Amino acid sequence: MKLWQKVGSLVLRLFLALFTAGLVLYFSGYSPLTAYKAMIWGAISNWDGIALSLVQATPLIFTGLAVAFANNCGVFNIGAEGQLYLGAMAAAVIGAFIPPLPHFFHLFLALLGGAIFGGLWASIAAWLKVKAEANEVIITIMLNSIGILLCSYLANYVFKAPGPVAQTPEVHASAALNRIGTGTQLSTALLVGLGLIIIIWVVLYRTKLGYEVRIVGANPRAAATAGINVAGMTFVALFISGALAGLGGAGQVLGLHSRFIDGFSPGYGFDGIAVAILGGNSPIGVLFAALLFGLLRAGGMVLDRTTKIPVDFVLIIQAAIILFIAAPNILKFLKGGLKSARTNTKQ
Amino acid sequence: MEALRMKGIIKDFGSTRALDQADLVVKKGEIHSLLGENGAGKTTLMKILYGMYEPNQGEIFINGNKVVINSPKEAMNLGINMVFQHFMLIPNLSVTENIILGQEETKLGVLSYKEARKKVMQLSEQLGLKVRPDMRVADIPVGEKQRVEILKALYRGADLLILDEPTAVLTPQEVKELFKVLKALKENGKTIIIITHKLKETMAVADNVTVLRNGKTQGIIAASEATPEILAQMMVGRSVILEAVKEDVNKGRVLLETKDLTLGKKLKKINLQVQQGQILGIAGVEGNGQTELLETLLGLETATSGSIYLNNTDVTQKAVKERLKIGLGFIAEDRNDRGLVNGFSIWQNSVLGYQDRYQKNGILNMQKIYVASRQIVSNYQVKVENIFSKTSSLSGGNAQKLLVGRVFYHDPEVLIIAHPTRGVDVGAIEYLHNEILQLRKKGKAILLVSADLDEVRQLSDRIAVLYEGKIVMEGNTSDFTEEALGIYMAGGDLVNREVVLS
Repeated sequence: MKLWQKVGSLVLRLFLALFTAGLVLYFSGYSPLTAYKAMIWGAISNWDGIALSLVQATPLIFTGLAVAFANNCGVFNIGAEGQLYLGAMAAAVIGAFIPPLPHFFHLFLALLGGAIFGGLWASIAAWLKVKAEANEVIITIMLNSIGILLCSYLANYVFKAPGPVAQTPEVHASAALNRIGTGTQLSTALLVGLGLIIIIWVVLYRTKLGYEVRIVGANPRAAATAGINVAGMTFVALFISGALAGLGGAGQVLGLHSRFIDGFSPGYGFDGIAVAILGGNSPIGVLFAALLFGLLRAGGMVLDRTTKIPVDFVLIIQAAIILFIAAPNILKFLKGGLKSARTNTKQ
Repeated sequence: MEALRMKGIIKDFGSTRALDQADLVVKKGEIHSLLGENGAGKTTLMKILYGMYEPNQGEIFINGNKVVINSPKEAMNLGINMVFQHFMLIPNLSVTENIILGQEETKLGVLSYKEARKKVMQLSEQLGLKVRPDMRVADIPVGEKQRVEILKALYRGADLLILDEPTAVLTPQEVKELFKVLKALKENGKTIIIITHKLKETMAVADNVTVLRNGKTQGIIAASEATPEILAQMMVGRSVILEAVKEDVNKGRVLLETKDLTLGKKLKKINLQVQQGQILGIAGVEGNGQTELLETLLGLETATSGSIYLNNTDVTQKAVKERLKIGLGFIAEDRNDRGLVNGFSIWQNSVLGYQDRYQKNGILNMQKIYVASRQIVSNYQVKVENIFSKTSSLSGGNAQKLLVGRVFYHDPEVLIIAHPTRGVDVGAIEYLHNEILQLRKKGKAILLVSADLDEVRQLSDRIAVLYEGKIVMEGNTSDFTEEALGIYMAGGDLVNREVVLS
């Protein structure tokens, strides 16, 4: 398929998804037009809305990249949420408990800590997969609960800041990611994310490591035949994936909350799965998908403030988008009915 | 009298035209060979006759009457039956049960097994189709399974029998047996169509041959008037040199050697030596340890005992990567499985296994890869739009050329080549055989594994026969007659059969 055909088909699918979600809203007794207008107007018409969209998109860039990277190696990492928490906790502890250091150095340490702990958390799944042939989907999903609760314990007891809230002390200024502009919550975590999009693109498409990762993902038997260490690649890919998710958590801590707050993520790790699928597991695709989801989330917040339409509508839109994107034959199906879709799958 | 006439058959799959005005006329009581390369449309045409596909256009006449066949059941009612390449038998049932399946005769709801068995035996004796009616299908050899399939078809009252590549899984002896059976069936008035791409077999058994190319009927010719050259030309559309010329080459050092190589119960004390400038062919019926031998030599499996030497280095415990580095080139037996990565482009597949040579500090040198890929494509005549297209868009022959080209281009000293021409058309076979012989001339040591006995005999200097994981015989190619090879492949020995080897 030519590029413009791909883009065209994508845009068409998005519109169909929005239309479908609109129908649901319509039959629930609300006006879809009002809803979309409020969302879009709120999310992109002014600097505040755009900033809000970008703030919402930032963690999704990281988790989307994380899931996409593992997918490129044929490993389904559902554990980005847990890895995000571990990374956030590591960054919070390094940022708050190590005395102030030169700014970039402290920040670098905190980010590195976030990446390493996220990566190590994912490596548990990799280790069990390689050594015990455990299914990574089951393991990563279990590790989510363990990781989130472990961090909750740490925030409630070990690293708890004085006061009633389960959170760690504020990180030192030398470890913080600066805000972009004034009066917004937007931080340079976004720039780190954009940088990672480029880096991961280069890694995947221009390095030997990325080449081998992708070969393993596409055909592990051919990879083994070509002398690639399949188990080793699985390990590396899951570590990098976990590190990316961990960096996402670190970015939230160092750029937005200035500390680890118990239960701070509304499911960024899980949305990362949708973002990766929507973005076709490519870094550039992930960027656009994360921006779209950020926009929807921001729009949902505006919707909540300005109309009576329940914010859950955003979830319906997300679900519809995933459905329309994840089912590649759906356009053919709608065009020619079930029969032609079937013949086309046969080919 | 005509048993079958198919006229102007057109069949499209999506935008590709599989059959384009194909015609087929089969006389009653003849063996008719439907000959063509892979993808010529032979099986498609027969599946239309068997009611599995609906043609876009065209007419079918059975015994002179125009018919429309919508399902295999309707085909069977018209006396047409098809035996597929992959047998459709139920392993856990007995031979008799398999044959009567779907045609069971009952008395008050109780299966009259004895009568059925008697009927099967009668049919079997009458036509010389030897089967053991009470054996479990899982326990009988391939040749017998095929006879069961044929009996099953006849039991259903087939007058017109279609056999799809019936010799693909048989030893030479079994092929002979099969041909005897087919001739007996012919004498009993049955009409037989065999789908094949093998010229020799066509010549041996058929009365008439219809050649298909690119979905079009190229012509019909009496087998008595045909030669392999004529048939090959009709299949490919140009003249083809069928037998590669093997020059004498000086042999050098031993580059690949195994000593008592054992892998569990799959390989038993294999001792092989391959010299520079030598091709050692491994003959054997599939499933006798070929895959295990290949995987152990490459390093995907680690030998239980014994050792492997590559260029005098003991590599028994070494990883695949290290063996490739020492100069091993490996052409996998199934290009779509271990060979090529099909979602990926030509250039990505061009360097697989050699990516270390195209990087510096972990960064790929794209220009170098593109150059190599373009050279492989042009040197090895891979027909592609450009190196950025996906390998899944390649035909079988072109995909094989890419796989072979990738390995040959990177200049290995020792080559392990498995089934180099499987699923490849006659023209590409000619080309690939010549390329392999070129490497032999350059002094490479080559181990060739192939299910195609003619290929092994044509290319190899020496032949080793693999049977149940053991090398049961090894010798110079000229020492083996085709028949002797067949006996060894089936696990027999020549002493008992009074055939003397020089």
